Amino acid sequence: MALDQIYDHEEIKKMQLIQKLLNEFQHDFPVTSTPYVDIAERLDVDESTILELLQELDKKSILSRVGPVFRPNRIGVSTLAAMAVPEHKLEKIAGIISAYPAVNHNYEREHHFNLWFVVTAENKKILDRTLEDMEAKTDIRIMSLPMEKDYHIDLGFPLKLIDGGCSHD
Amino acid sequence: MNILATQQNSENYILDESDRKIISVTQTGLPLTLHPYNDVAEQTGLDVNEVISRMKNMTDQGIIRRSGVVPNHYKLGFKSNGMSVWHVQEEKITQSGEKVGALDFVSHCYQRPQFLPEWPYNLFAMVHGKTHDEVHEKVKKIADLLAGDNLAHQVLFSTRILKKTGLRI
Repeated sequence: MALDQIYDHEEIKKMQLIQKLLNEFQHDFPVTSTPYVDIAERLDVDESTILELLQELDKKSILSRVGPVFRPNRIGVSTLAAMAVPEHKLEKIAGIISAYPAVNHNYEREHHFNLWFVVTAENKKILDRTLEDMEAKTDIRIMSLPMEKDYHIDLGFPLKLIDGGCSHD
Repeated sequence: MNILATQQNSENYILDESDRKIISVTQTGLPLTLHPYNDVAEQTGLDVNEVISRMKNMTDQGIIRRSGVVPNHYKLGFKSNGMSVWHVQEEKITQSGEKVGALDFVSHCYQRPQFLPEWPYNLFAMVHGKTHDEVHEKVKKIADLLAGDNLAHQVLFSTRILKKTGLRI
């Protein structure tokens, strides 16, 4: 089914603009005093259109954020930690772990090691102390797997939002 | 600049007080305003031109990996998040990491220590897809690529996001 039978011209134009914004600026947000003027020039719309669109995407949680993505482990230290938590205790233990401000990601995963979280700290000493504290509070051993080497070449993520939803094939 | 050169630089670069101020106010994203770097300047007490030149410098040094419009992949339909973990022969780890890290469907690729005997996996690659099947297909592509250098692998799906913040450092 052709999209123009479902959506009007304005909506299609808007979706095309969103797709361009999300694809072409994933690793190319201008670091200049007028970033939106620069984007607007490239996309041939005015700067407030771009900003309002990003604000709308942000409100709908389609946007994670705009701005710098820092390389991990350069400012402080961090580790990927995992615990094998008995099923009936998972809710409680996950709550204890998430409550640490040093934890920025906490996922339940389908595995014997079922709780996976990232712990950050200013330095290794503080990180080790936090992990010990977590083990003492939960009475569960932590498997700590700090990053040794980063192999990813970060080119962003190609998205296709129109014509059959999104994919990055 | 190749990725390893970037890493080398970022390890040697010493962040000063002003860099740290900029990092602390931008790590969860820039404000969605017409002149975001002016806002950063105001919050850090630095001149806007200094903010911009420091952010460009941190990018050149590999501290900032990229500046971009970062979409929320989960909201865009990438509901399946598979952490694929690989036990790669020690002498083949660099070569394997570089191959997997270059794949466009891999969003993170890290070498991590083993945790024996329970955890032999030393290479982690995050794979996203719209469904579990799509993730499995991509994991199969990695398995084919690594062939005999891969001794064992698993994919751990997330069943719940318990905590996620923008702070990634």
